[in-house]
Amino acid sequence: MQVKEEFKPTIVAFCCNWCSYAGADLSGTNRLQYPANVKIIRIPCSCRLNPMFILRAFQRGADGVILCGCHPGDCHYTTGNYYARRRMTLLFSMLDYLGIERERTRVEWVSAAEGAKFAATMNDFVETVTKLGENKRLEDLRCKSE
Amino acid sequence: MQERVKAKAIELLESGVCDRVLGWKAGEFFYDVTPAVFTSREEIEKEFVFGPFCGANMSKYLIAESRKEGKKVGAFLKPCDTYSFQQLQKEHRIWRENVYAVGVQCEGMCDIEALKAAGIKGILGAEGSGDTLTVHTLYGDKSVERKAVLAERCACCKSKKLLGCDEIVGEQGEELESARFEQVAKLEAMTPDERFAFWRGELSRCIRCNACRNVCPACSCEKCVFDNPNSGIENKAASNSFEENLFHIIRAFHVAGRCTDCGECSRVCPQHIPLHLLNRKFIKDINELYGEYQAGADMDTRPPLMNFQMDDPEPSVVHERGSDQ
Ligand code: SF4
Ligand code: SF4
Ligand code: SF4
Repeated sequence: MQVKEEFKPTIVAFCCNWCSYAGADLSGTNRLQYPANVKIIRIPCSCRLNPMFILRAFQRGADGVILCGCHPGDCHYTTGNYYARRRMTLLFSMLDYLGIERERTRVEWVSAAEGAKFAATMNDFVETVTKLGENKRLEDLRCKSE
Repeated sequence: MQERVKAKAIELLESGVCDRVLGWKAGEFFYDVTPAVFTSREEIEKEFVFGPFCGANMSKYLIAESRKEGKKVGAFLKPCDTYSFQQLQKEHRIWRENVYAVGVQCEGMCDIEALKAAGIKGILGAEGSGDTLTVHTLYGDKSVERKAVLAERCACCKSKKLLGCDEIVGEQGEELESARFEQVAKLEAMTPDERFAFWRGELSRCIRCNACRNVCPACSCEKCVFDNPNSGIENKAASNSFEENLFHIIRAFHVAGRCTDCGECSRVCPQHIPLHLLNRKFIKDINELYGEYQAGADMDTRPPLMNFQMDDPEPSVVHERGSDQ
């Protein structure tokens, strides 16, 4: 009998350079486990995240996208994450409005000292997206090569 | 009204205030009125029209026209156009000192599809001001109520106020109570699957002609992301794929907080896609989450996406509210 391989979602995590990327690093040096299917992309600040990046990630086969940045008030550039917060709220709301599962997107604030939070967040997010299954609603078949 | 507008256009040219005037001209059919530049009395007398099909918003053309050498450019603006006009000044796109803006009282523009849907056959033309229109048909003249054949955006007009004009033809209007978010609320109340089906049905008809972008006053970037041939998203995807989501989400996002809800995008879409439902979703969310905001209504407030409050809600509000999967 053929055993169906367990579904492992592809997760893209955009992490700001100053807090969350360092938080991810810390969780690594502390040998905390989080799934290997989380692909981290480092960005200078959470407000660098162009909504297009998120949609492109989905088109190219991501099943979930998460943005991690410094806690509000702690942005390295003082206010970047406040702008990012408004943008992401509106974008997620629009995705929801178009009928795209809203659990596929998330924002989490992770400081450079929160290695444990980073790992826990990723574990939780991967679990949620695994339950949702493959992203079909935003994929673009041209971009997916088998 | 048409005569008063034409007389004003001629006056602007002949008094030497302007050397060209932006107005409306009949296209191939009476209902496809197009924007045009007029430079002489003869042209105005012959071709200038102002009637129930002058939907075109002149403000976008002022970006290029106001940068030209010479005298001022005259422009006729309906109330909704004046919101775009102010918004573009706020973004430093229009050079106000080179424009002579004439606000025109608006009774609501009509939709040819609505006329046809009202069961009128053999339509040759339509005119009139006030509550009743006279429709000329192959079978003689008919009269219809304007209210019954208004364009969607005019049926739920948000304001008849003429903002920031040098002069007004007709009466100044007021802001109105409008039901423009009703349909958005209806969609929000559906399940995600129903919403997905609704939007797939609408957006899959898009032919990526870019008319919505080209006509939009807020979409006046010198270089548009959708013109980059290396992006892989510059035109329509093959039929076994789908990428219209991305185009429409990104375009709506780029104009979020700047879109005045002028309704031009929905008016020009050859596929009749209700694009206003995307823009109004952003406007509704902004109103609900960050406080009431009408783009173009004033010259000094910060647009909501270039602003923040320390206690703005977290993006998780999206996950917490609304109907469930
Ligand atoms: S005008 Fe309509 S068909 Fe053309 S690109 Fe816009 S939505 Fe698509
Ligand atoms: S998106 Fe549509 S309604 Fe908004 S400003 Fe542009 S053309 Fe007008
Ligand atoms: S779609 Fe975006 S980039 Fe293109 S013209 Fe509109 S606002 Fe500019």
